[in-house]
Amino acid sequence: MKAVVTVMPKQEVLDPQGKAIQRAAGALGHAGVQDVRQGKRFEITLDAADREKAEALLDELAEKLLSNPVIEDFQVESIEA
Amino acid sequence: MFAVIQFPGSNDDRDTRFALKSVLGAPSELVWHKSVELPSDTRAVLLPGGFSYGDYLRCGAMGRFSPVMGAVKRFADAGGPVVGICNGFQILCEAGLLPGALLRNRDLHFICETVALRVERSDTIFTSRAAAGQRIHIPIKHGEGAWFAEPELLARVEERGQVLLRYCENPNGAVADVAGVMNEAGNVFGLMPHPEHAVEPALGGTDGLLILGSLVDAVTEGRK
Repeated sequence: MKAVVTVMPKQEVLDPQGKAIQRAAGALGHAGVQDVRQGKRFEITLDAADREKAEALLDELAEKLLSNPVIEDFQVESIEA
Repeated sequence: MFAVIQFPGSNDDRDTRFALKSVLGAPSELVWHKSVELPSDTRAVLLPGGFSYGDYLRCGAMGRFSPVMGAVKRFADAGGPVVGICNGFQILCEAGLLPGALLRNRDLHFICETVALRVERSDTIFTSRAAAGQRIHIPIKHGEGAWFAEPELLARVEERGQVLLRYCENPNGAVADVAGVMNEAGNVFGLMPHPEHAVEPALGGTDGLLILGSLVDAVTEGRK
């Protein structure tokens, strides 16, 4: 199976990288870019018996390794056979 | 014996051992991260600064999974003193042995300079050589050193007096100016400043001994 997990800084966490990108967009002439938040995307190939098991595995993986729950939220974006 | 853990990418391991052994006269050994047990005569554990596993994923995220960390956790759970400096602090937060997390510096710069810190308490095994309220000077050198905790966690940490060091002038955006925090039990301490880089006048100062010396005193007294 193939899955995609995204990890983003929590809303209340300052994201200085996103801020820097937003300012750079302004420098590029795009004053309309009001806010940017930078996260991570993980493309994962896994061996799981069924979708339910894959979901459980991905939740655990995302919570214990891919993200740090103190500062980040994660989302399992897709799971494909 | 003071065990200094060597992760792949640690770079202050030898400096930390030098400070303990050659300056403070405390027996110290480097322990490779693949060890599943700590040496039997281990009285304190130090996780040094550096860039373990190239800071992949998040600083300290991979170091937390090193084989030795199981033994470090057992040592800490049994009340053994553990200190994490810089990357070591990041690893202890990732491992859940300390509250909060370290974020990218507010201004995105890697900061390398000596900073003024305020010691908040002197009644701990990590600060007994200092006085509460004392202003000390120790270098920092990090890109991801802004300590973060959500308001509820911060309130708990403050209420229990877990903040031992605060920046006099906040260099990195850390919440509540936190530079060093200990666990609730009072035996695990993490700090972004590098006490091992301030142990001889030739290095620019000796205030680092106020921290490392306190730990040595605690371990030595404990043995009597």
